[in-house]
Amino acid sequence: MAEFRVCPDSGFYFHKSAESLMKVNAVVGIVALLVAGVLAIGVVLTRWQEVHLLPADQFYMVLTGHGINALIFWIIFFEMAILYFASSTLLRCRLATPRWGWAGFFMMLIGAIMNNVAVFSGKSSVMMTSYVPMQAEPHFYLGLILFAVGALIQVFVFFGTLVIAQQEKTYQGSVPLVTFGAITAAIIAVFTIASGAIILIPTFLWSIGYVSHIDAEMYRVIWWGMGHSSQQINVAAHVAVWYLIAGVLFGARPMSEKVSRFAFLLYIFFLQLASAHHILVDPGISTEWKIFNTSYAMYLAVLASMIHGLTVPGSIEVAQRRKGLTKGLFEWLRKAPWGNPVFSAMFISLVTFGFIGGITGVVMGTEQINLIIHNTIYVPAHFHATVVTGTTLTFMALTYLLIPVLFRRQMFLPWIAKLQPYVFGGGMTILILFMLGAGTLGVSRRHWDMDFAGAAMAFEYPAIAYTLMAVGAIGGVLAIVGGAMYLVVAVGSLLFGKKLEASAGILESFAGKPLAASVYNMAKPEVLAMAPKLEEEHEGGFEAPGTFGLAMLLLVTFVVYYFINWNYLSSVWPLG
Amino acid sequence: MTSFMPPADRVWWKVPVGRQELVWIAIALVWCIIMFLMMPLWHVYGKQNLSTEAYQTTPAKFGAKVEEMVSKYKVGEEAGIPVVAPPAGSDIYMLGRLWQWYPVLKLKKDQEYRLHLSSMDWQHGWSLQPDNINLQIVPGYDMVLKITPDKSGEYGVICNEYCGIGHHTMVGKIYVED
Repeated sequence: MAEFRVCPDSGFYFHKSAESLMKVNAVVGIVALLVAGVLAIGVVLTRWQEVHLLPADQFYMVLTGHGINALIFWIIFFEMAILYFASSTLLRCRLATPRWGWAGFFMMLIGAIMNNVAVFSGKSSVMMTSYVPMQAEPHFYLGLILFAVGALIQVFVFFGTLVIAQQEKTYQGSVPLVTFGAITAAIIAVFTIASGAIILIPTFLWSIGYVSHIDAEMYRVIWWGMGHSSQQINVAAHVAVWYLIAGVLFGARPMSEKVSRFAFLLYIFFLQLASAHHILVDPGISTEWKIFNTSYAMYLAVLASMIHGLTVPGSIEVAQRRKGLTKGLFEWLRKAPWGNPVFSAMFISLVTFGFIGGITGVVMGTEQINLIIHNTIYVPAHFHATVVTGTTLTFMALTYLLIPVLFRRQMFLPWIAKLQPYVFGGGMTILILFMLGAGTLGVSRRHWDMDFAGAAMAFEYPAIAYTLMAVGAIGGVLAIVGGAMYLVVAVGSLLFGKKLEASAGILESFAGKPLAASVYNMAKPEVLAMAPKLEEEHEGGFEAPGTFGLAMLLLVTFVVYYFINWNYLSSVWPLG
Repeated sequence: MTSFMPPADRVWWKVPVGRQELVWIAIALVWCIIMFLMMPLWHVYGKQNLSTEAYQTTPAKFGAKVEEMVSKYKVGEEAGIPVVAPPAGSDIYMLGRLWQWYPVLKLKKDQEYRLHLSSMDWQHGWSLQPDNINLQIVPGYDMVLKITPDKSGEYGVICNEYCGIGHHTMVGKIYVED
């Protein structure tokens, strides 16, 4: 039974069933991103007060759809593809129970469609969070539940594949670091989905009349066990992808396996406590609970991210220096392949995630500082730095890698791909920075009209708030253009990209159908060997001084910005 | 080529960690501990801390308390909503409902009040502007906090938790007088 093929360019092995599942999950994810991107036009152009495109009802509908499709459907579908890649492909192992994988995929697909139908009917404009007692249509919740169960099934196919790989000894030693990161993401996913089930199932029953009352505060605490933790799946997944890209492009090896794995372990232990970030200014929550949870015990998950922030670029620097790029602190970085979208997207993601997403997240998640930030537009600014320039841009980088490796296609319009990370990352960074500013001035998130038209009493934001929102929106438009560029390259490559080897035909190669049978010419790949040992061991000193400099810059920015916000807090009304 | 290959050393957890990483981890850990300690320290030395006092309530019960205050201390009306000037140090109330904050409060500068907040229907966001204090208002909960307005002037209370189609019209007022 010949069921494996090897990619002649990358040397990665693909098991037929796993390959099909990777393709369909990735493609459906990209479709969800397309939907989210189209809806983003409505969001951006409405919040740009001078344009104010949509009427209120359509704005809230579009905003609900944008949030769910971008944050949940796009990212989680794509993550399923990553899980298959990190298990079956990286470990050279056959996929466990492919049929269950397909069952899970179709459940997710049906759930996603069902939820979108509910949203676009206009009767479920409840935002992604669907806070009770505001009620959506029953199939809004049911769609999410089906989606979550489907995701859970696919996660267990991933775990099953790991077990098979171990039993059939498809690899020597321990699993690779990238797989370890994917395991982290999968474990967090199980926790996330369980939290979602605990709250969404009763809420669904409430929406059809079988449960009379859902406590609004309980809903918030448990819902965020899913809502925030699901973003932690993303963090673990995109950090794993950073390591993968560093390995593929630079031949980088982790500076220390122990340190990087320990950092992933910290994610498993502590990231889930982040539900608290959303509950900091809620009624009746004890101070101790808030401090412990909001800080991930003692910022131990932040510590983990700071570690990855050093070790990912550090591993690239070490690899580059070995190749002779040793001049000064930054020759390794200057001479990195900035024209390769796989690298540029990954590196922009790394920097914006750390400097903007990470720092703002910790600041706004500080118990008392949250008082001046909760529900302002600062919040979406923060999470666009984490899940858009962080996760989404990383997944775009991975897409550019997968087009030849997984889909066996040449890239369509490569010059667009070359520019895309800069346009998307740049536009999004403008949006984020200016929305952070507007949020500091108290501009509300999820709000149709900052003029408060029709309100009985007047309130006016300072003029500068309008300017900040307008410039942010221009950044948003640029980011939408960048998103469209990605879709053109990704979809164009699948449809029109030159086939890199005999294939079953147009459409088939990504519609879940495998490549021509002759490509699958091996029953079992060779066992994955351990990485070769380095001849010369490093003798003390700093291996990656440039990265260390960048890390110190991050720290200084972090400290300064952190205390600026305490200072701002100290200027508001005393509360107790 | 090892990030996606098994570690070069079978017993990778015994390979010593490089100095650079150790230094960075130590620095980062110290920073984490400082940030962690800032929160309890602010409870001791800072003036902006959210109380944890809250009671379960119902819209009817909470609404009755609001009306009681309004009938005792009403001093005027603005846009059809009563303006209330309760005595310093007293329990004062504001409720959120679709789509208004009720009533308008008139407070004295540098005096402490026990502010009660709750919602009559959906969740709302109590956002005091331009001071920029933001609280989550949850139906069924009477949230109590001590506030000391320390600047006089006119403040807007806007809703910053999405509450349906009229969300943007939900604007209230607090006046602080010398």
